[in-house]
Amino acid sequence: MFYREAGDFKTSYQDDSQTFPIAFDRYRYYFVVAFAMIVIPLTINEYFASAVLVPFLIWSIIAIGLNILTGYCGQVSLGTGGFMAVGAYAAYKIMTAMPELNIFFVVLLSGGVTALVGLLFGLPSLRIKGFYLAVATLAAQFFLVWLFNRVGWFYNYSASGQINAPTRTVAGFEVTGPMASAEAKYLFCLAFVILLGIVARNLTRGKLGRSWMAIRDMDIAAEIIGVDPLKAKLSAFAISSFFVGVGGALFFTVYLGAVEVGEAFGINKSFLALFMIIIGGLGSIFGSFAGAAFIVLLPVLLKNIMVGGLGWPTDIAAHFEFVILGGLIIFFLIVEPHGLAALWRVIKEKLRLWPFPH
Amino acid sequence: MGAQFYYTIEVFLNGLMAGVMYALVALGFVLIFKSSGIFNYAQGVMALFAAQTLVGIQTGLVPFSHLINAALGTDVHHFGWHIPGILSILLTTLVMIGFAWVVIKLVLKPLAGQEPIILFMATIGLAYFMEGFGDLMWGSDIKKLDVGLPQGGNFAIEEATASLGGPDFYGFYLDNLDIWAAVIATLLVVALTLFSQYTATGRALRAVADDHQAALSVGINLEKIWVVVWGVAGFVALVAGIMWGSKLGVQFSLSLIALKALPVLMLGGFTSIPGAIVGGLIIGVGEKLFEFAIGPMIGGATENWFAYVLALIFLVFRPQGLFGDKIIERV
Repeated sequence: MFYREAGDFKTSYQDDSQTFPIAFDRYRYYFVVAFAMIVIPLTINEYFASAVLVPFLIWSIIAIGLNILTGYCGQVSLGTGGFMAVGAYAAYKIMTAMPELNIFFVVLLSGGVTALVGLLFGLPSLRIKGFYLAVATLAAQFFLVWLFNRVGWFYNYSASGQINAPTRTVAGFEVTGPMASAEAKYLFCLAFVILLGIVARNLTRGKLGRSWMAIRDMDIAAEIIGVDPLKAKLSAFAISSFFVGVGGALFFTVYLGAVEVGEAFGINKSFLALFMIIIGGLGSIFGSFAGAAFIVLLPVLLKNIMVGGLGWPTDIAAHFEFVILGGLIIFFLIVEPHGLAALWRVIKEKLRLWPFPH
Repeated sequence: MGAQFYYTIEVFLNGLMAGVMYALVALGFVLIFKSSGIFNYAQGVMALFAAQTLVGIQTGLVPFSHLINAALGTDVHHFGWHIPGILSILLTTLVMIGFAWVVIKLVLKPLAGQEPIILFMATIGLAYFMEGFGDLMWGSDIKKLDVGLPQGGNFAIEEATASLGGPDFYGFYLDNLDIWAAVIATLLVVALTLFSQYTATGRALRAVADDHQAALSVGINLEKIWVVVWGVAGFVALVAGIMWGSKLGVQFSLSLIALKALPVLMLGGFTSIPGAIVGGLIIGVGEKLFEFAIGPMIGGATENWFAYVLALIFLVFRPQGLFGDKIIERV
């Protein structure tokens, strides 16, 4: 009834190949974007924005990036934290070297730098597969973090070894630095999310996305039907790293402001990103958002219940978070290996028939 | 010969000892991977959990005491007894076997037949779960583990070799604990080999490793074998946990040694027990020598990544590792 393909006639090729061919999807998308751009900034609360919304948006970008590589192209990566660090440090170097450059382009450029690094670490994927590759990406994780920790040039030889984001403005509003308002940060991140979301959505349903999925499903078969594994795998690595790099740059400049690499971009971040796409749904853009929302909200929720509600010490709450997170991962893999995205698919199916189930 | 030469040998020897420790963790991975095709990321956390449980049982800590105190407002910490080392090792082994059984019932059986990568992610989830569970059960503070293994430098070796390298050289410094670890690891490998070669269960184990379906069709109880394998892997984790725990104290970083075992596995091949040992030795020696020779020039602490990069470069030339089965792909 609400969600249906029938009766939605396309009269031009342009109509037929638009991003959301089904009317319900299209209106839902417009509604969500309008809500996020207009309603949320007006009603936003400082704590909620900085503790939940901004990290959610940034993690969404990262999760989409990892989903492109792992969910669409089938190359498991445990190096996400390392690539986020590349984005962050690239942003820092560009910001300090070129103070006039608009922060918007700084973030995009950092993504570009990360894409190059990702390309480099993607090269072994042409020879090794599966677990071996997953472990090989750990090399990226540890090597990059070590590099940013030890080589002074990356942090401009600051005494603490930390990097701090200088204040930058977009159209007169501060988006980075200590004085930036929550609304400005939120809208700045939102702009990237909308932009990159559209890019990812269209990439994954186009030729490139199909070649990724062919490689994922069976690389030898894909090669036989004419998919070039070199192009498909390396493009997946580069584009995925671009997203992760943008996410890392935002994570540093907008969200944290000051970063110590081992703590902010350690191996745990890599796992967190992986959990997001497992819980959200491998090979689904919507799933990336759902997973990011879930993983960002869960600790906040648990903390509020256990520390705020029951009055337990924070360390017990932190341990519980691990237990629940691990348990949920296993639960999701057993019950719904395709994640929250599959639940959404079920809901759509129900909406299509409702209220006449036969 | 100059003192520098002997220092290099000392670094080499220490690298061998460290390599034995890595191999010990890698062994647990190989056991599980061979028999069930699961890459068990949780092996390192199992070592941590085993060590925590051992200390907890030995010193009579009350399980979940923090949680009980927080929820009920009581104040319990210790049972007030002290169990001797051997007995508590036995008890911990039982706990690990029980744990193996629970994992197989609740995690592996429902996931049977899934793709390997899904199972791998499930073990990551398991690792997170156990990490939190262990901390909830025994508390997250750094604990001292002492089951009576000797610690500190070995003076006999130091004095015997002091005259070798001239006045600047004071003899080889080797940690007693590392020597013991090497001995115990060797015994463990011999025992495992004997077990898998000469017992009925061992034979069944090898059959399952060769071919699941063929093993099932001759009447081998797959589930039982899995419990045995995970139990043995739990025991290996306990040994590794004791060694690393005595060396560094029982703390969170223990679970990170599992990550160090990964390049060892890649180097040696996921399916080979000798591979795990040789890989461990190569990585141990390689990273110590690299840190000794090149580390000071490029900022030090190269041990964090050397192993991974070595394994990565190596894999590009030989994707199945040193001793791994050749990877054959079919469409």
